[in-house]
Amino acid sequence: MKKREVISRKGRLGSAIAVAGVTTIGLAATVQAQETLNIVSWGGAYSMSQQKAYHEPWTEMNGGEIVNIDRSGNALAGLRAQFQAGNVTWDLVDMLPSDAMIACAEGLLEPLDHDELLADAPDGTPPSEDFVDGALGECFVASIVYSNIVAFNTEMFPEDNQPSTIADVFDLENFPGKRTLLRKPINNLEWALVADGVAPEDVYDVLESEEGIQRAFAKLDTIKDEVIWWEEGAQPPQLLADKEVAFGSAYNGRIFDAMVSENQPFEIIWDAQVFELDGWVVPTGKLDKVKDYLYFATDTQRLADQAKYISYGPARKSSAEFVSTHAETGIEMEEHMPTYGPNFATAIPKDDEFWADYNDELTQRFDAWLAQ
Amino acid sequence: MAIPSYATRGERLWHYVFLGLCALVFLFLVGPLLIIIPLSFNAQPYFTFSQEMLTFDPAGYSLRWYEDFFTSRAWLGAIKNSFIIGIASTILATVLGTIAALGLSSRHMPARGVIMALLISPMIVPLIISAAAMFFFFSKVNLAQTYLGVILAHTALGIPFVVITVTATLSSFDTTLIRAAHSLGANPTRTFFKVVLPLVTPGVVSGALFAFITSFDEVVVVLFIAGPGQRTMPIQMWSGIREQISPTILAVATLLVLLSMLLLTTLELLRRRGERLRGLTPG
Amino acid sequence: MSESPPAPLTTADGVPLKVSLRRAVRRSKVKAFLLVSPLLLFLVVAFVMPIFDMLWRSVDNPEVSTQLSRTVAALEGWDGESLPDEPAFAALVEDLREGQAARNLGLLSSRLNYEKSGMRSTITRTARSAHAIEPPYREALIEINATWGELDTWKLIRREASPYTPSYYLAAVDRQLTPDGELVKVPPHLEIHVSLFWRTFWMSAVITGMTLLLGYPVAFLLANLPLRHSNLLMILVLLPFWTSLLVRTTTWIAILQSQGVLNDMMVAIGVIADEARWQMIHNKTGTIIAMTHILLPFMILPLYSVMKTIPPSYMRAARSLGGRPFLSFRRVYFPLTIPGIAAGGILVFILSIGYYITPALVGGQSGRFITNNIAYHMQTSLNWGLAAAIASILLFVVVVFYLVFNRLVGVDKVKLG
Repeated sequence: MKKREVISRKGRLGSAIAVAGVTTIGLAATVQAQETLNIVSWGGAYSMSQQKAYHEPWTEMNGGEIVNIDRSGNALAGLRAQFQAGNVTWDLVDMLPSDAMIACAEGLLEPLDHDELLADAPDGTPPSEDFVDGALGECFVASIVYSNIVAFNTEMFPEDNQPSTIADVFDLENFPGKRTLLRKPINNLEWALVADGVAPEDVYDVLESEEGIQRAFAKLDTIKDEVIWWEEGAQPPQLLADKEVAFGSAYNGRIFDAMVSENQPFEIIWDAQVFELDGWVVPTGKLDKVKDYLYFATDTQRLADQAKYISYGPARKSSAEFVSTHAETGIEMEEHMPTYGPNFATAIPKDDEFWADYNDELTQRFDAWLAQ
Repeated sequence: MAIPSYATRGERLWHYVFLGLCALVFLFLVGPLLIIIPLSFNAQPYFTFSQEMLTFDPAGYSLRWYEDFFTSRAWLGAIKNSFIIGIASTILATVLGTIAALGLSSRHMPARGVIMALLISPMIVPLIISAAAMFFFFSKVNLAQTYLGVILAHTALGIPFVVITVTATLSSFDTTLIRAAHSLGANPTRTFFKVVLPLVTPGVVSGALFAFITSFDEVVVVLFIAGPGQRTMPIQMWSGIREQISPTILAVATLLVLLSMLLLTTLELLRRRGERLRGLTPG
Repeated sequence: MSESPPAPLTTADGVPLKVSLRRAVRRSKVKAFLLVSPLLLFLVVAFVMPIFDMLWRSVDNPEVSTQLSRTVAALEGWDGESLPDEPAFAALVEDLREGQAARNLGLLSSRLNYEKSGMRSTITRTARSAHAIEPPYREALIEINATWGELDTWKLIRREASPYTPSYYLAAVDRQLTPDGELVKVPPHLEIHVSLFWRTFWMSAVITGMTLLLGYPVAFLLANLPLRHSNLLMILVLLPFWTSLLVRTTTWIAILQSQGVLNDMMVAIGVIADEARWQMIHNKTGTIIAMTHILLPFMILPLYSVMKTIPPSYMRAARSLGGRPFLSFRRVYFPLTIPGIAAGGILVFILSIGYYITPALVGGQSGRFITNNIAYHMQTSLNWGLAAAIASILLFVVVVFYLVFNRLVGVDKVKLG
């Protein structure tokens, strides 16, 4: 009888988040003193890494309290609602650059003068040169580079026939079994094209045309019956662990966490990883309150520290040399980073502008395709 | 339901088949609620019966999920919020609803049908529509993401239940009792407290219980209009179920089943008391 | 000599009785209304106004007319045959400059992107470089983004300049306007809402049928047992009714999922193989089973209250007149229960089409309802106009059924528990 193994993740992470995260409850209304910062993030292992690398050292130095709110998944909706309501309770929000672009254009976010607000690198390089390309937006400052990848459970395939490319995910003959993919067009269309022979760098050019979109959907059609669609980031590692699926698309940090913290027999297919940035935005009117924290949490050492807890690459070039080993297991982090040379060879940078334009239409099309 | 003496053999057979079918439906109704109770005591993090549980090995059972629940700040905070919101909205709904029911049960109430249809509508309009509408409107008037906003929303949802139960009680209320009290020398205040109130109370209390459970169980509106500060139990369960059912949720579910049993018993006692006071005898 | 008419009856203080009675009635009318008015006022503010606000939002279209006011004015009198003249382009640059400075072009670009994919980046990019644009603006804008050289872009701006738009409703029924204002279906690969509506109605009808099938015998049993026994059994009906919706949904997940109780049992007794576990959840089956369970009490209770009023002597009479059991049932008993079937059926159907939580949790891909789509547009795509339009259509359907229900049964006849 197959058994569900929920406890380890839920237990450990759960208690960590419970302590760190959900201190909101009951306190928010009463203790809204100045020293409380309401920080919105993604929850799970990711919030934990922020807690360890940023929040704890910060509160140790400055006192006060940091409240984690796990709402980044709906951050844009939440921000809009708070502004409409005229009652903005979020002080700092962790969001995707694509969402940040939209929120910034709606005037919900503070424009940031990066060189003035952020710390220089230890050697004096100003932030505008130290951060990687695309990390500094009008209202946005990235903290990590993360990646959307497909992982598999090594026990589901014979040892001499393990998958290694994105095309293998679409190859039901040699690699049978269920797959779990994000229930959105994003990433899936890119991967379908790469599996169909499009070079990673041409993916978005092909997707601009109707034929390209049809080609991507046609490729997805070939595995549609074998796909379980996920919506919450915690689902794919869970389904992989339960062996309900052989492959699962996921955020690389979640898979890493399951691999090292729970010894799950997972492996990441780095081929055609879709990487993007993620980082901070400041809701309009909150800059003074979070200025000092933002300066602290985006400096070279803090970004390097975060990599001790989760396998996301720091968004500052100067942090690279400070990245060391995993805090709990002591394993070398470098090769688990999306930015590590061999992992990065066929990487696709997510085209935020393309998705800002076509997400509405392609999502509707994707839903219609799912309903067929 | 006895079998008539003139029943044929075929009818007898059908009678038992029919009883069997009904038993199956009752099993379908209650079985699922009962199945989660033992599951919540599973020592393993599974959602099904383990080998040890089936052989009644004590090692297969444990209270760890209850411990999880009672030591989790998230769950405890959610309970607190649920009670704050539930109690406040119940009081509001009961007061407003009872006063209105007094008017509605008057013979001279103008436009009774239309008003009644309007007062009941929060029960009929799909929650997702109410939630979306309240989200838009409450955002405009600074009520979104506040306790007050959630309380007002839940009050609106609870009102139909109070109105229905209290008007039902009042319609079976025998007004000659009031005249009798007057003729026996009681003044109106005394009549209200000594005659009207005891007779109406069961209806009011059961209306209040309905309003409370409505708020206590409500997810959609809270999901849309509450902020992180107003996280309630159902929201906590909802996000838990969406990720993965941990047995802690089964423990919570068991506690909630016990709560509904308690409420149901209270309600049944109230109903009997009401019938007795009104001089109706239960069969 | 004419006889004077008889003096009208008066009360003790000399007021004609008729008048006095009328006054008394008016007084109690006013009193009754005053008692109801606080609640009425509350519901109007907390419930009715939000609903109307939502209806208004489903047609509200302020983005183009306010953010591109100069452009809209410059387009007045434009023939739509060829690209507009320089003044319109100049006005657009002016509008975008202002919007960029005020940082409020986000909603405009989202709004236009709903109608024409690509408009979001077109506007963002153009606005970003608007400060540096030199006349002639027409060439400069087309240089920045070729979209400004398309006739359809300008037709779109002109069309959406109206403060109200049917676009959201059209999108909610898979229709759209062409740039020339013609009403057409969206391409088949974008059709989604109509089929979701039909699926919602169809599955709700199935669920209603299932509750009737299961509820009718139980209601019959309850109505024909001595009160002592039926009260006890009634508790079994009311217990699920009083149990948290999330709890009931959770139990069905625990029972039906592939590693769940039912599958484990089936595997243990050898009915199915371990690899061939039944997929009973995250699909239509899951939604129908869970919702039948959840809504069953709403069918049983109205049926029961109708059956309770049918004297058992009717059936006995039918039998004694020679009717065979099934014939007597069909010709005598069943017709008498039709009001109960109608009441329960409409109630279950109304509740079912509006359910969100259960389909969202156990429906998977094929068991989704239109309500899931409303939530998606509220929370994820943030197309609130479309969410409002879909919700308004659903509301209309519910209100129609509610009125029928009110006509047939009367809301004040609704009993709980």
